[in-house]
Amino acid sequence: MGISPVLWQFLNKWLTSSALFPKEASTIAPYADALYFFLLAMTLVGVLIVGALVFGFSLRYRKERNPEATQIEGSTLLEATWTIIPLVIFLVTFVWGALLYFRIYNPPANSMNIYIVGKQWMWKAEHPGGQHEINTLHVPTGRPVQLTMISQDVFHSYSIPEFRVKREVIPGRYSTVWFNATEPGVYHLFCTQYCGTLHSGMIGTVTALSPDDYQKWTDASTSGMSLAQNGERLFASLGCNQCHTGAAGARGPNLAGLYGKKVQMEDGSTQLANEAFLRDTILNPSSHVPAGYKPIMPTYQGQISEEGLIDLVEYLKSLKTNYRVQQTLTTATSTEAAPTTPGMVKP
Amino acid sequence: MSTIVSLPDQSTAALPKRNYLNAEHGLLSWLLTGDHKRIAMLYLISITGFFFLGGAFAGLVRLELLTPAGDLLAADTYNKMFTMHGIVMIFLFLVPSVPATLGNFLIPIMIGARDLAFPKINLLSWYLYLIGGTFTLTALVLGGVDTGWTFTTPLSTHYLNTHVITTGLAIFVAGFSSIFTGLNFIVTIHRMRAPGMTWFRMPLFVWSNYAASILMVLGTPVLAIAIVLVVLERTIGLGVFDPAKGGDPLLFQHLFWFYSHPAVYIMILPGMGVISEVMANFSRKRVFGYTAVAFSSVAIAVFGFFVWAHHMFIMGVSNYSALVFSLLTMLVAVPSAIKIFNWSATLYKGSITFETPMLYAFGFIGLFTIGGLTGVFLGSLGMDIHLTETYFIVAHFHFVMVGGMLMAFLAGIHFWWPKMTGRMYPESLSKLAAVTTFIGFILTFFPQFILGYLGMPRRYHAYPADYQVLNVLSTAGATVLGVGYLLPILYLAWSLKYGEIAGPNPWQATGLEWQLQSPPLTENFTEIPYVDYEAYDFEWLAHKQKQEVTTVG
Repeated sequence: MGISPVLWQFLNKWLTSSALFPKEASTIAPYADALYFFLLAMTLVGVLIVGALVFGFSLRYRKERNPEATQIEGSTLLEATWTIIPLVIFLVTFVWGALLYFRIYNPPANSMNIYIVGKQWMWKAEHPGGQHEINTLHVPTGRPVQLTMISQDVFHSYSIPEFRVKREVIPGRYSTVWFNATEPGVYHLFCTQYCGTLHSGMIGTVTALSPDDYQKWTDASTSGMSLAQNGERLFASLGCNQCHTGAAGARGPNLAGLYGKKVQMEDGSTQLANEAFLRDTILNPSSHVPAGYKPIMPTYQGQISEEGLIDLVEYLKSLKTNYRVQQTLTTATSTEAAPTTPGMVKP
Repeated sequence: MSTIVSLPDQSTAALPKRNYLNAEHGLLSWLLTGDHKRIAMLYLISITGFFFLGGAFAGLVRLELLTPAGDLLAADTYNKMFTMHGIVMIFLFLVPSVPATLGNFLIPIMIGARDLAFPKINLLSWYLYLIGGTFTLTALVLGGVDTGWTFTTPLSTHYLNTHVITTGLAIFVAGFSSIFTGLNFIVTIHRMRAPGMTWFRMPLFVWSNYAASILMVLGTPVLAIAIVLVVLERTIGLGVFDPAKGGDPLLFQHLFWFYSHPAVYIMILPGMGVISEVMANFSRKRVFGYTAVAFSSVAIAVFGFFVWAHHMFIMGVSNYSALVFSLLTMLVAVPSAIKIFNWSATLYKGSITFETPMLYAFGFIGLFTIGGLTGVFLGSLGMDIHLTETYFIVAHFHFVMVGGMLMAFLAGIHFWWPKMTGRMYPESLSKLAAVTTFIGFILTFFPQFILGYLGMPRRYHAYPADYQVLNVLSTAGATVLGVGYLLPILYLAWSLKYGEIAGPNPWQATGLEWQLQSPPLTENFTEIPYVDYEAYDFEWLAHKQKQEVTTVG
């Protein structure tokens, strides 16, 4: 009759380490934990008060000690007290929670961007430098990292408990989350939105590396082509450069320097050219016609994978001049080597 | 321990010669009955069946989670188990539990009516419920469904080939059963109160069922719409939710939670009504601040409709709409806090006894307080990011739904069992069951709060080994909890034949139902009473009993 291994493991683990809270491994984590401890204290006090009332009255006014009940209608003053005090505590919680929410969901301007594509049942990470990972994510410590995420099929959710961040990964729409890892280490990565048969297999690890180690990792795992370079190839092979030449009077608008600008649309509205706008314009061009252009662009729905769209978006983000566009235009249509004359436009 | 139970002399006592149970005989007399009490019993039997079915699924889920690897069930099977557990427990047990059984039985009697306003529609409700239940069982037998009870699109519309349509229809039909029940209650409470039974003389049980009925009637149609759209999207490829056709997958969640958040109030409000009755009776006092408790039910019903997007804080809804929904969520927590404090204050200067219903009610107060306060964690925007979609949320809603609602349901069943059947159950055994349930519950669900904060996602078939210890604790607790739920079935069934004769008013309670014979006549009242006293007026009761003694003497 030995002690069962499960029980032994339980005792051993709980006596040696208190696994009640996950490690704090991002700059957000201490803020989240502070609110958690406040809420725990609130719960503890609430339960103690209710417990004291129920047990205290049960002992003091049980039938043996108090054979006759005294009828009491109520007390407006008391009821107002236990309406207002909880209300105030809940409002404090609301404000505190809202501040934390905005902190978690508003990335700093200088954060580095990594793309995440979720699909049944794996996580693909696309680094701007062209590193591709599946079910892992390598990030540097001490630097804000923003994840721009999209799902290829159903809802998923990207959760890193040790960083206290999580965000839904939605089909057909970019969502973002950011964190700043503080401790090098390997952390859990979970899909937390139920996504079908192998939902619980859609897990992986997030590896936070010191900046030096991260640099080593980046150098060692590059595929040789950055996302923008991939995007440039797609831009040419899909024929985008045929219209978006950048020349005045071209059929499509000039795309150089477009990212981050406000665009005047044909219907009179203005739209901000962010990642979502770029992606959506490629897929649904007829609903994003800029002022002065005709709705002649065909849709690319179903022709480009999410990774391809990311490549294109990254390419457009990096596009500052039309020099390369015109270069690709020439290489795409000629078997000759790249032209030596910069700025040459094919008629 | 002293007790308020007073039973007639067992050597001479017998069940009343005429009552609703023996008024007619034969299966058809039950299946075609219009009597609200018989329909309540039909519901009681059917929801108990579904409760144990849903419990069996939960048992398999907990067994699988005993070990980190997915080794007992295949991943698909596991997903079907938690899906069926959710669907059966929510739509076929929790939603109809208190309203359709206790509410059906008691609301007409409590307000001094002979039946509900529409007895035939009441029977139709039960048949619709059964059809919904049959569809669910059909889906199960044909191979089950693995969407999760939330039917999230596009998973449910495009990516699963299980029996989504059959289950969807089941929920659609069962929804109408609850709409009809709600409609019946609203009309009955408005139109059929006995003379003198003013709104503020009604027992709080009636108030809370009234609030829940409004939610049923206004909320359930939206669920029906959402389900129909899912079915159409699956069958004819309607593109309402499909992003590839310009649809919005988030729209489904808005529609779904517009019902399913109020639905948690549909489930909990009638349970709160039971707690008001039990707390008042076993402390021999009027509920502290009757009006505040009555209006807090209505406040919960009203605010309950404007908080649905708090299920979607991480879904990419706009940050500012998230702010509004978080604020409203904090406001809806206040009426629940008022109720808890008013129930506690009801004990003050009472003359308290601790019979089984009171023990269950104490269990409710403890567990619902924890369940409610952990809801504030989830309503707080920044905290929700880390906690949502983990075991924390599983623990939270089980504290509210199982710790709260099921405790209330059992409190109610134990309180009104002598009225419904005319017999008492063995008191010491039922107290044991109440305590077992409480301990088993805490052991099952408390570790899940910790698991959730550690980050373990819900609906996981296999999990990292570092979470095993807490999962083992939880599964062990579930075993105790299972025993706690099986006990009442055994002794309640036993009591039907061998229980002591309860007499009309074993608890010395004040409600109109307790002034009738147990079990009551089919027509409830031989003449409609005139009500000239408030609810929970124990002085009126003492006066009445004194008069009876002198008349008989």
